[in-house]
Amino acid sequence: MTQRDANARTVGRRLTLTLVIFGGLTLAAILGAPLIGSTPISLTRVFDRSIPFADNTDAQIFFVARLPRTLAGALVGAMLASAGVVFQGLLRNPLATPFTLGVSAGAALGAMLAITFGWSLAWLGAPAAPLASFAGSLMAVAIVYALATARHHGLSTNVLLLAGVTMNAFFSALILFVQYFADFSETFRILRWLMGDLDISSYQPLVTALPLVAISFAVFAWLARPLNLLNLGADAAEARGLDVLRAQRAAFLSASLATGAAVSVGGPVGFVGIVVPHLVRLLVGADHRIVLPASALFGAAFLIGCDALARTVMSPLELPVGVITALIGGPFFLWLLVRRT
Amino acid sequence: MMATRHRRFLLSVFLVLLPWLVAGPPLRGQDHPRRIVSLIPAVTEMLFALGAGDRVVAVSSFDRYPPEVEKLQRVGALLDPDLERILSLRPDLVAIYGSQVDLRRQLDRAQVPVFVYSHAGLADVTTTLLQVGDRVGQRERARQLAGAIEAGLAETRQRVASRPRPRTLVVFGRESFTLRGIYASGGYGFIHDMVTAAGGDNIFGDVKREAVQATTELILARRPDVILELRADPLSLSDAKREVATWGQLGSVPAVRNSRVHIIQDARTVIPGPRVAEGVELIAGVLHGAR
Repeated sequence: MTQRDANARTVGRRLTLTLVIFGGLTLAAILGAPLIGSTPISLTRVFDRSIPFADNTDAQIFFVARLPRTLAGALVGAMLASAGVVFQGLLRNPLATPFTLGVSAGAALGAMLAITFGWSLAWLGAPAAPLASFAGSLMAVAIVYALATARHHGLSTNVLLLAGVTMNAFFSALILFVQYFADFSETFRILRWLMGDLDISSYQPLVTALPLVAISFAVFAWLARPLNLLNLGADAAEARGLDVLRAQRAAFLSASLATGAAVSVGGPVGFVGIVVPHLVRLLVGADHRIVLPASALFGAAFLIGCDALARTVMSPLELPVGVITALIGGPFFLWLLVRRT
Repeated sequence: MMATRHRRFLLSVFLVLLPWLVAGPPLRGQDHPRRIVSLIPAVTEMLFALGAGDRVVAVSSFDRYPPEVEKLQRVGALLDPDLERILSLRPDLVAIYGSQVDLRRQLDRAQVPVFVYSHAGLADVTTTLLQVGDRVGQRERARQLAGAIEAGLAETRQRVASRPRPRTLVVFGRESFTLRGIYASGGYGFIHDMVTAAGGDNIFGDVKREAVQATTELILARRPDVILELRADPLSLSDAKREVATWGQLGSVPAVRNSRVHIIQDARTVIPGPRVAEGVELIAGVLHGAR
C-alpha cells in the first residue's frame, strides 16, 4: 500500500466521520426547529389527514410558517458558511467573509432600490426585492472581477481584495444616497432587510434559488483540492500542476454566486460566513476536503439554531436573525480564539 | 487703556441694543403667528381646518392634504428637515416632532417659536387640535372642531357597540406581493385606538408597542377574522387584487377563508388629524358594513 493510498483512505475515513457527525447535527436541527416556536402546536394534528389542510391551523403553522423558514435557514447558512471558506482560501486571508468583496453591498443596493422606488414585478405578481438584490450582487461581482483581471495576467487576489473593499464602500455610499430619497417607513424596511429575515412564508424563494445552489455546490466540491494547493501559494500550486487562474476564477465566481443567492433569500445575515468556517477548522483541521462539507452542514445547523432562538426568545416579538448570529457568534468565536492560544 | 476698551465695549452694546430700545421689545407671544411652517401632516390639516391655512408658508415632504398644500414649499420631514430653508422663510411658528431634538435646539437658538408635537393615541388628536387652536388664536373654532370629532367618534362607537367585534389584523407595511416584512399595529398608538373605536379587536392589542413585526406563524396562530391593510398611497385596481390574493397562502386564517382581507387606501385612516373621525367611520364601515 503506497503512502498516497493510505493518505486517501485516512481522509476518506475522516470525511465519513465528519459527514456523519455534522450531518446528524444538521438533520437534528432541520427536524427539531419546526417543532418549536411562539405557538404550541400538536404534531398529531399536523399530520392528521382527516382534517382538511385549509382548516388545520397546526399544519399550516408547520408547513407554511416554520418549515420553509427552517429550510431557508439551512440553505442560507450552508451557502454563506461554505462561501466564507472559499473566500478565505482564495484570498488566503482569515478575515475574508462572503461580504468582503462587495457582493452583499451590491445586493443591498439592489434591494434598496426596489424597496425605495416601489419596483414591483406586477406582471409576475412576484416581489422585486430578491430579484433586484441578486441582480445587484451580480453587478458587484462583475465590476470587481473586471477590475481584478483588467491589468494583470490572470487574477490578482490583491486587486480583488482592494477592489472588493472599495466597491463595498462605494456601494455603501450609494445606499446612503438612495436612502435619502426613501420615506420613513421605507427606511425602516430597508434597515430591517439589512438585518436578515428568514420568514419567507412560501417555498418559492427556495425553489428559485435551488439551481444556483446546485451549481455553487458542484463547483465547491471540485474546489476542495485546488484550495488546498492554493494554500501553499500560487507558485507552489502551479508547480504541482494546478491551473491557478482557473481555480481562482471558479472560486470567486461560485462563492459570489452562492452569496448572492443566499442574500436574495434571507438578506445579508452576518457572521455565519466567518464564525462557522473558523469554528469548523478548529474542530476538524484545515483540509478543505473536510472543512468545506463540514462548514456547509454546520452553517446550516448554526443558522437554523440562531433563527429558532430569534423567534422564541422574546416571543411574540421576534429578533432579527442577524442580531442573534452576531450576538452568539462573536463572543463564542472570541472564546475559542483565546482558549486555543 | 483699560477704561477705553471698557467704554468702547459699552458703546457697542448700546449701539446693538439701540433699535430695540427705540422700538421696544418685539410683541412675541401676544401676536398670533403669521408665517407658519408645519413638518407634520396632521398639524397641517388642523391649521387649514382652523382657518389658518393662509398663514402656512411651508409644509413637510409628505403633506398631501388639503389640496392647497401642493402649492406650498416643502422643507423636509421627520428625518431630513431643511433648517436653512425653514429659516429663510422667516417663520414665526414651526410645528416639529418631539423627537426632532436637534432641530428644536437650532430653532431655539434662532429664536423661532416652535410647536412640539408628540405622536400618541386617538384621544390626543383633539388635545393637539385645541393646543394648535390656542397657538394660532382660533380657540373657539378648535373647540367646535374637537367637539365635532368627539361626536363623530361617539356616534361610530355607539353604532358598533352591540356588534360582535371581529378579531382584526391591522397591517401598515409589507413587501409587495409577498407576506414578508409585515408590520402590524400593536396595542399602542392611534391606529390601534382607531380600530378599537371602529369596533374591531386588534389581534396584537396585547403587545404594548406601536408596531409588531408579524410573522406568518403569529398570524396563523392568532387567526384574525379580518385583515385590514392601511395604505396612504393608492394602488391600481389590478395590483390591489393581486395583493389581496397574496394572503391566500394562509388559507386557515378566517379572514382569508371568508374573503375578509381589505386594503384601505385612504389618508384619513393613517393621519391623526381633523378627519380622524371620518377615518374611524370608514374602518367601521369595512368591519361592520356601511351605515
